[in-house]
Amino acid sequence: MDSFGSGGGAGGQVDPQMQHFIEAESQKQRFQQLVHGLTDTCWEKCMDRPSTKLDGRTETCFVNCVERFIDTSNFVLNRLQNKAGTGELH
Amino acid sequence: MDFGSPPAGGSGVNRDELMDQVKSQIAIANAQELLQKMSDKCFKKCVTKPGTSLDNSEQKCIAMCMDRYMDAWNIVSRTYSTRLQRERGKI
Repeated sequence: MDSFGSGGGAGGQVDPQMQHFIEAESQKQRFQQLVHGLTDTCWEKCMDRPSTKLDGRTETCFVNCVERFIDTSNFVLNRLQNKAGTGELH
Repeated sequence: MDFGSPPAGGSGVNRDELMDQVKSQIAIANAQELLQKMSDKCFKKCVTKPGTSLDNSEQKCIAMCMDRYMDAWNIVSRTYSTRLQRERGKI
């Protein structure tokens, strides 16, 4: 991607405003994708029978589900980094 | 992701038009994903023994299920966003 950000000109290079737009939209899309996936996963864990509204217990389950998912991601990352440091991972 | 074919006379593409096209393609893709997941989840919850048509109770169930799925989506979105901000605040 090193042809980006060098200003306008010939050869189909992307101008800085366009590059910023692409980065912003990409970030928004990553967020959307994660919400889609997490809603899917947490629905399986938290939802029994659909009713006329989400009761408090179910809502709490969704909140906990998201928080614990992020904790899990952090845990996995940290542990992998530690293992890599001690040379256990080849 | 297919952003659609560029207009004829390529070098005349208006940058704002392009950005609008991209944004609306992204919005469409998100709507499609939501639709697909909703259909999948609500079919699983509401149509236990498929008959020759969707009966009234199945339709009511699917309608409720769709609303609950949107509620869930919003809770997840809010919770995730808040948590992200909290994590960023620690850095």
